Amino acid sequence: MSTKTITVVRDLLATNKEAAAAIRCELRRRGILGVNLLSSPGSGKTTLLEALADRFRGRFRMAVIEGDIETERDAERIRRKGIPAWQITTGGACHLEARMIGKVIGEVPADIDFLFIENVGNLVCPASYDLGEDLRFVLLSAPEGDDKPAKYPQAFLSADGLILTKADLVPYVPFDPARAAAEALAIKPGLQVFTVSALRGEGLDRLAEFLAEALDRQRSRRA
Amino acid sequence: MHELSLIASVFEVLEEKAREHRATRVTAVVLKVGAMSGAVPDLLEAAFASYKKGTLAEGARLEIVVVPVRLRCPDCGGEAVREEADFSCAGCGSRRVEIVEGRDIFVEKIELET
Repeated sequence: MSTKTITVVRDLLATNKEAAAAIRCELRRRGILGVNLLSSPGSGKTTLLEALADRFRGRFRMAVIEGDIETERDAERIRRKGIPAWQITTGGACHLEARMIGKVIGEVPADIDFLFIENVGNLVCPASYDLGEDLRFVLLSAPEGDDKPAKYPQAFLSADGLILTKADLVPYVPFDPARAAAEALAIKPGLQVFTVSALRGEGLDRLAEFLAEALDRQRSRRA
Repeated sequence: MHELSLIASVFEVLEEKAREHRATRVTAVVLKVGAMSGAVPDLLEAAFASYKKGTLAEGARLEIVVVPVRLRCPDCGGEAVREEADFSCAGCGSRRVEIVEGRDIFVEKIELET
């Protein structure tokens, strides 16, 4: 019997990164823009998607993959808007992983423009997992407080955009959108910041335009 | 929160390497954990302790080396370890810094008995 030490240097997220790369490749080949939404539970991810479904109707086609620990509720809400939706229930896992998306991707219609992935409500763990998306947004709602970016830097660091949601509640809660944006920009310069109220429609045009331009850019690179 | 699934990936590596080297036991594992990897060393240790029972790594000790966050500045070319909650360049104050180290988790080394 002998003991030996071997050097391995294996990235524990390598399997996820490979699965994510395959998804990214597949989405780009089909000309679909993948968008991953991260936030705490209850910050308005599903409501924002419902509002975008209304904005995009007749102009763009979208599909949604919903991640939750349990229930089909979010996918059912999206389907009521006439949007194809798949629910992934993780059964306790705190984040979606690329291979979970990989299992569903084959069922996503080829002729859609946007594939939104609504991650499990959690501002911590989903930040570490690439799902093969082209754009990642973090949502932060007014009632959560404007001090969150510095407390949860990984999520903001990994994002391309920040969507400040429930702007209609700003007059009633201690939340300064400028402070939230400044904190997030200190972590990630160049982050695109949007202030929206899905309830009243404020800010949705700008967000929809940004997504449309990102889709154009992705498709022109492909052409 | 997802430390248990990370430890499950560690065991995939252990089993693969044990097979490859015809080892009977794994006696030590060294993980390099980035300070901004999102994984907590204490929770990794707890997950490892419960996961290893009944496996070929039952008696293994886990060593965790925390890798500090290293920033590189494209404006002045400087490189430094990140201090506290700051993402600016220690040299010139630029905010355009890139993180070059400290976001990943690696299985660095394994000690095997053959």
